[in-house]
Amino acid sequence: MAVVAAPIPHGGGVVVPTTEVTRSYRGLWSWITTVDHKRIGIMYGVAAGTFFLIGGLEALVVRLQLWVPNNTLVSASTFNAMFTMHATTMIFLAVMPLSVAFFNFIVPLQIGARDVAFPRLNAFSFWVFISGGILLNLSFVLGGAPDAGWFGYANLTSKQFSPGPGIDFWILGLQVLGISSVAGALNFLVTIINMRAPGMTYMRMPIFTWMSLITMILLVLAFPAITIGLVLLMFDRHFGTNFFEVAKGGDVILWQNLFWVFGHPEVYILILPAMGIVSEILPVFSRKPLFGYAVMVFSGMAIAFLAFGVWAHHMFAVGLGPLTDAIFSATTMLIAIPTGVKIFNWISTMWGGSIRYTTAMLYAVGFIAMFIIGGLSGVMHSSPPADLQQSDTYFVVAHIHYVLIGGSITALLGGIYYWFPKFSGRYLNETLGKWNFWTFFITINMTFMPMHWTGLLGMPRRVYTYAPELGVTTLNQISTVGAIGLAFSILLFVVNVFVSLRYSPKAVADPWDGATLEWSISSPPPIYNFAQVPVVHSRDAFWAMKYPDRTEHGDLPDGDGTGSPHAHLAPTGHTGQPAADLVEAKPTLIHMPAPSYFPFIVAMGLVIAGSGIVFTFALTPVGILIMMAGIFGWAFEPA
Amino acid sequence: MTQSPHPASTQQRRSRLRSPFVWLLIATVAFIAAGCNAYPQNIFEPKSEFAQTLDDLFKLILWAAAFVFVVVEGALVYAAIKHRARPGDPLPKQVHGNKYLEIAWTVLPAIVLGVILVPSTQAIFETQAPAPADSLKVRVIGHQFWWEFEYLDLGVRTANEIRMPIGRTLSLEETSADVIHSFWIPALGGKRDVVPGRTNFLWWTPRETGTFPGQCAELCGYSHANMRMRGIVQTQAEFDAWVEQQKAPAQVPPPNTDAAKGAELVQQRCASCHAIGGTAAQARVGPDLTHLASRTTIAAGVLDNTPENLKRWISDPSAIKPGALMPKLGLTDDELNQVVAYLSQLQ
Repeated sequence: MAVVAAPIPHGGGVVVPTTEVTRSYRGLWSWITTVDHKRIGIMYGVAAGTFFLIGGLEALVVRLQLWVPNNTLVSASTFNAMFTMHATTMIFLAVMPLSVAFFNFIVPLQIGARDVAFPRLNAFSFWVFISGGILLNLSFVLGGAPDAGWFGYANLTSKQFSPGPGIDFWILGLQVLGISSVAGALNFLVTIINMRAPGMTYMRMPIFTWMSLITMILLVLAFPAITIGLVLLMFDRHFGTNFFEVAKGGDVILWQNLFWVFGHPEVYILILPAMGIVSEILPVFSRKPLFGYAVMVFSGMAIAFLAFGVWAHHMFAVGLGPLTDAIFSATTMLIAIPTGVKIFNWISTMWGGSIRYTTAMLYAVGFIAMFIIGGLSGVMHSSPPADLQQSDTYFVVAHIHYVLIGGSITALLGGIYYWFPKFSGRYLNETLGKWNFWTFFITINMTFMPMHWTGLLGMPRRVYTYAPELGVTTLNQISTVGAIGLAFSILLFVVNVFVSLRYSPKAVADPWDGATLEWSISSPPPIYNFAQVPVVHSRDAFWAMKYPDRTEHGDLPDGDGTGSPHAHLAPTGHTGQPAADLVEAKPTLIHMPAPSYFPFIVAMGLVIAGSGIVFTFALTPVGILIMMAGIFGWAFEPA
Repeated sequence: MTQSPHPASTQQRRSRLRSPFVWLLIATVAFIAAGCNAYPQNIFEPKSEFAQTLDDLFKLILWAAAFVFVVVEGALVYAAIKHRARPGDPLPKQVHGNKYLEIAWTVLPAIVLGVILVPSTQAIFETQAPAPADSLKVRVIGHQFWWEFEYLDLGVRTANEIRMPIGRTLSLEETSADVIHSFWIPALGGKRDVVPGRTNFLWWTPRETGTFPGQCAELCGYSHANMRMRGIVQTQAEFDAWVEQQKAPAQVPPPNTDAAKGAELVQQRCASCHAIGGTAAQARVGPDLTHLASRTTIAAGVLDNTPENLKRWISDPSAIKPGALMPKLGLTDDELNQVVAYLSQLQ
């Protein structure tokens, strides 16, 4: 299992000579059995991108139905399924796994590791995610998709009010994706805590790795709440319990509390990795270190901590009482402070810089511009009385899309442009990229800016139709045209990926003058990542290695910005060694974990067992048997 | 909540127009200026002191947000343009941070938020205080997909149209017969969820007569979009007259008319769900039909209350409201006409 560099060959492992880039795995089987974090990262990215396109098509159906009042393009039930699956897909199958793709590919490289701590568990996470996602989408052809909204409020989800299998698919999908997420989060927690390169203290960690670490903590702590909620719902629907059955003493608000205790941290799970990506892109293209690194780290922690104390702001209209509303309002406003600090620090990172506008940088700046809008509309509904006119209207729809598309997706696209050379060994085409960015930027504003007014003029969310008298037809049409334009922009991106993979020039190791360790190795990296594990002497480790003399222009080796001298650094920090310092004098062989198909088998067993809830519970023992067989195979497999 | 005078709106409007940059706000004003009936469900024209409190707070926050928006987006755009790379740029100064600046922009947002938090917290406790004892009490019961209103002290029960006299506090006790709904008439105030197994409260004092549309704001099933209602504010005299009318038993049609045949059919086919005062029909599954013809709309605010629409509705409810619980009765065209004739005279 060990993935650290060791010059001793080990039975069962793949032994890779450092002098040779080994690409011995080919074909479908190699992908199914891979435990390489980079390949798993690419699979996450491709899967998330595919689900993103599906979720986008669902959004287009929603927008087309709202083109005119009293439209009959789709039925009410189809419409409800579309917006439910759109949100569920975008959150759980697109944005989260796309972030996971970055965790997988980038984090081990940034910390100078050769893989994650538990490579087979990593593969398991992926196979659970992909099969859960596919099953959830199969609900469209297997009896009906979920249609009670992405937060599935009880008791609309009860057997009485939702008799079809849609809600069961939703329970299955979310439960399975939760297992995948928590397994992945534990894996990356251990990886980041234990496998950093020598000298990489916490306060020298790249900021993306920091935000990833914080995200992992949120994942581990937040998912149990929804897991419990989903178990209660499953028991109500299938085993006659009454947790949410009002007539029998159940309480429907219990669901809302459990859901939002998860749900609010979840939105930070979606945004913190994006913030990390932007915090990597801005310094590199401004040619300046990140402004206020320590404050950026601590504000990320503050956001994560506060995330668990604000959930009831989703419930201001529920009638929780004035004291509850007042407390949750105050904690919600508090979150604006660390978030604001981040925005100011990003702008200060650019300030005084020499900014190169690559597509990645455009996306990063676009992220800030739109995240400000989403943040401000967030503050606008942090006041419960004001929120009583906003909640459950299109104003909230505008807000969530400014933070999730304007925020998360924008940053993730920027991250793809930034790291694509590292992923694939090719550059994404910059001309297409700029077209992609500007069409994206214009169309998301065109789609979502009008929704602020649509909501304030009285249109609730989740309505399949509206009265012409509301006067919101024109606004809806602007949004719909914007959404079609947005689809065109995403199409440009997809074209760019395919064209660039084929025709772009081969990428060099360090195309952007990067600051972090992933740029010190070839693009794409060799299977073992680092021939020699780097030794880190300061923050922005790769800049420090490339430019040991940079002190003349600034104070880089001083590192932490506290003004303290760098006496604590190892003396080699200033000798000007190229690329990487050596931790081992003569590594000859690197032990890498062997491919394994057991994670795939365990994942299949788990999903078959879970799918009993939608098909027949007879499947459950079958799935458990497969899972147990897989676990035994896994346990006895030579590492 | 006491009724307080409001800041002179002319003064507000003048300063708004003077701000050259706040296009967001100007667009908002333009929307409203386009005519008060163009956007009947908007939140900007409060018609009760409750809605006014919310609107004042909203405007305060909107101005604070607009100020922050201009400053921060301005700084971003300035930095993005001013500091773009030019050929031959030297390496920029490698600044790592600035303690004082970072403290400043931690403290300043906190002050702005404090400015919002104080009046917001006051408004929370004001608007959620117990309603005045002499208020008019109405029980709101949410149903898939219609609203039931029961005037607790008046013995009046109606659906989808909530009438109230001007100047007297209306106090709602909300609960649900099935799933969660949310009661929302923007002109009269903010929404409050209607939750099965719980009683929620909402109250306001209307200060202008008129008809104000609202609708369910919490996803409650397929016809969530079709669960609409009207708040009708009347003078005390108009309201009293309406109450008298509503208290009366249902109109009995003259014998041997279509309406009389319709009355029989309704007793046979509709009485298992609907109540008609003064007859044997007393079920509470669907809306009370005693004074159906006195309402301005049918099908929870979706259709104007005309005989044609009534016929359309009864002949196939699910075609108008997907998921509606009212079944297709399979009446012949003659029977339909008779039922409509009867219902149309239930003034």
